[in-house]
Amino acid sequence: MQAEGPPLLELRGVTKRFAGVTALSDIDFTLRTGELHGLVGENGAGKSTLMKIIAGMHPEYEGEMRLAGRPVRFRSPRDARDAGIGMVHQELSIVPELSVAENVLLGAQPVNRLGLVSWGAMQRQARVQLAALGIAVDPTVPAGSLPLGLQQMVELARVVLSGVRILILDEPTSALSPPEVERLFALLDRLRTSGTGVVFISHFLDDILRVSDTVTVFRNGRRIATAAAAKTGKPWLIEHMIGAGHERLEESYTAELALPPRPAAPAVLEACGLGVAGLFDDVSFRIHAGEVLGLYGFMGSGQLELARALSGKLPLERGTVRVDGTPARLRGGTPAAKRAGIAFVPESRRAMLFAPEPVTRNVTIALLERIHRILLRPAAERRIAEAQVRELGIRPARVDLPVGALSGGNQQKVALARWLAHLPRVLLLSEPTRGMDVGAKDDVVRIVRGLQAQGIAILVTSSEPETVLSLADRILVMRRGRVAREFADEPVGKDRLLAAA
Amino acid sequence: MSTPVTTVMPDRDPLWSRLRAQLRNLAPFATLIALVALFSSLSPSFATWGNLANILQQVSITAIIAVGLTFVILCAEIDLSVASVANATGILLAFLTVQDASVNIANLPLPGGLSIPLALAGCLMLGAVTAFGVTRIGIPSFIMTLAMLQIGNGIGALLVRGQIAYTVPDLVTTLGSGSIGPVPWIVVVASTVLLTGHLVLTYTRFGRYVYMVGGNREAAEHSGVGVRAIIGAAMLISAACSGLAGMLGVAYFGSAQQNQFDNYLLDAISAVVVGGTSLFGGQGGIGNTIIGLLVLGVLNNGLDHVRMDSFLKILIRGLVLLLALVINVYAQRLRSHARAAG
Ligand SMILES: Nc1ncnc2c1ncn2[C@@H]1O[C@H](COP(=O)(O)OP(=O)(O)OP(=O)(O)O)[C@@H](O)[C@H]1O
Ligand SMILES: [Mg+2]
Repeated sequence: MQAEGPPLLELRGVTKRFAGVTALSDIDFTLRTGELHGLVGENGAGKSTLMKIIAGMHPEYEGEMRLAGRPVRFRSPRDARDAGIGMVHQELSIVPELSVAENVLLGAQPVNRLGLVSWGAMQRQARVQLAALGIAVDPTVPAGSLPLGLQQMVELARVVLSGVRILILDEPTSALSPPEVERLFALLDRLRTSGTGVVFISHFLDDILRVSDTVTVFRNGRRIATAAAAKTGKPWLIEHMIGAGHERLEESYTAELALPPRPAAPAVLEACGLGVAGLFDDVSFRIHAGEVLGLYGFMGSGQLELARALSGKLPLERGTVRVDGTPARLRGGTPAAKRAGIAFVPESRRAMLFAPEPVTRNVTIALLERIHRILLRPAAERRIAEAQVRELGIRPARVDLPVGALSGGNQQKVALARWLAHLPRVLLLSEPTRGMDVGAKDDVVRIVRGLQAQGIAILVTSSEPETVLSLADRILVMRRGRVAREFADEPVGKDRLLAAA
Repeated sequence: MSTPVTTVMPDRDPLWSRLRAQLRNLAPFATLIALVALFSSLSPSFATWGNLANILQQVSITAIIAVGLTFVILCAEIDLSVASVANATGILLAFLTVQDASVNIANLPLPGGLSIPLALAGCLMLGAVTAFGVTRIGIPSFIMTLAMLQIGNGIGALLVRGQIAYTVPDLVTTLGSGSIGPVPWIVVVASTVLLTGHLVLTYTRFGRYVYMVGGNREAAEHSGVGVRAIIGAAMLISAACSGLAGMLGVAYFGSAQQNQFDNYLLDAISAVVVGGTSLFGGQGGIGNTIIGLLVLGVLNNGLDHVRMDSFLKILIRGLVLLLALVINVYAQRLRSHARAAG
């Protein structure tokens, strides 16, 4: 695939600084008509920042932008939208309280002659747009009640089909299951043929290589390279993203790997006959000391809900949970789970982090009672946070920054850091590497191995096969709320997992 | 990271962006200074020590109520029952105290100061009911405390039945209407409560939890914070502060009767919001509330000094509250813009 259309969007010498941090320096970037432009780079490389400039969210920057040859400068997201630019953000921006239909048509509700919103027309149109992405959900339910993957699809339906000339997708697939991803790609193909320019950001390098015409690599706020996708490959991408000497990274998730034999260590977590009506049923498993159990399933198979139930967030209707042989009384909610030694890192950063608060407070919130009983000790908090920031390689390495100012992948690390300063007995990780670059994913693997060595039990829940494959010692596959298959002590690869789901 | 070059663009000017981030705190402070300057120039009797003492005394009861309300609003909840709980507690206190023979109330006089702990227990019970309704049954605090407003009024009405009681224990009389030297005791009590509230919010674990629960309830829950316990505790603190204000208020006014606190609901909410504590929770604090109290106190007092029509005064206070709400929501929007994460 080769895009030779006329330039649709051109950026010249774009530089963007946030109080003291240079997020982008001197970026040139061209998007052509009918081109699908893949954009990759480490966490914090500046991908989202550049896209936000294009979408009018950062009105102040240096450099110039041309749209179809004409210089433009957007003052607000509205300006950009009026100019035909649509963006799906890395963080979901749907309005949970509004219905699915309202979300799909946000800002473009059909009105009748009296100027009132026409609900019938709205629902019909929403259904059509959702169907184009192959989703059949009731457009009248509140969008917040859908699982994360479907929420993401609703958001995609809103932007992708709003008739934009330039479409920006910032990690749109990280919450989607493989069939959903396929439908999205098919749709992008159609958009491309009709002349839309698409920028596609992802940490899934295989996806990038598969769908892109052109790829651009960012590193430390600079554009390192741009090339036709067909002329590059995964090693090329990784080398440009993080430098040479990381050949190991590219293979770890694709090859068939052999799961180790079951450990002889005692069981730390024993779950027996767990069930919540409509979500999952009759789920039993144990996790041994120092073992990582992977729980894999497509979006909506119940594995994320299962983790939420174990964390005390979602009330269990049936079944018992024991930690080190003692029954965990999860009825008491998350504080009870925490007392029982269970810690949870949910899949959504919004549900985990206090965006305006500094990194320190985000790290120490879960262990304040260990630092001191009544009075706070800011110096001790700071020391702990600094140690974690160093340990996890969080960048920029400043504990006083509001966590909302970090890049997506670094926010994810902060969420993880919270539980590492004082180890729980059981650690539940939902989609722990979502939104992380290859290097950071490798960091997570390293961290999890370290925790494992200290004898805690870890449950990794994910709808990305790569994630469970890279982390787990044993894998349960869930299908429609039940455990469909267990992989232990045998070779397993992506295709086998997919087949079992 | 390269060194930032000097530039005129507002977004990159650290001073400007810091000012914008501080809008919530700076706007009320600037308002206070502007009001003081305005009234000082308009009326020679305004800027005097005696008048400062007046202003402080006038805001003291509101201040005590506002401390509890600050905790509640920081948790992103609301308590509409504060004035009514204050009223009920004040009446209960008088009801349990020996009254003058001329007072025609079938009360239950208790010896000594026993009525004080009992009245406090009464307001804590009301607070506990609110806390239970909000955190266990899951009634939105807006509605739950609306019901409690009515219940508090009802209790007060039943106890005094339209009559007026005058006597409260000596300790309360001293704290509510006495003074040490030139300083009224009630100002001392209000300052102590403000200071305690500030210390608790800033330096204790509980205070941190209050901010985190208000900032992102779901995240607090996922961190193992007992969100319901924190909100319940805030409701109890609010009731205790209201009860204290109610008892002192009876001494301050010199009588206990129905509806005598009605203005304090709006005053206390205004003080918290005008001071810049976010209605969405998680931002602000007692420092903000103090500024809010002073803005309202100076406004009320100053308008009297310039002989403002007392009916127009009501309207002006409403407009000030509206303006504060606009700034409050605008400041919130700036914040969420600044962190449109990615
Ligand atoms: N509002 C902000 N205030 C301060 N710094 C910011 C802000 N937004 C982004 N940054 C900084 O700019 C840099 C680039 O961030 P950006 O979000 O563009 O990274 P990214 O390439 O999208 O990373 P990821 O893959 O993790 O999403 C980071 O160092 C980040 O901390
Ligand atoms: Mg990003």
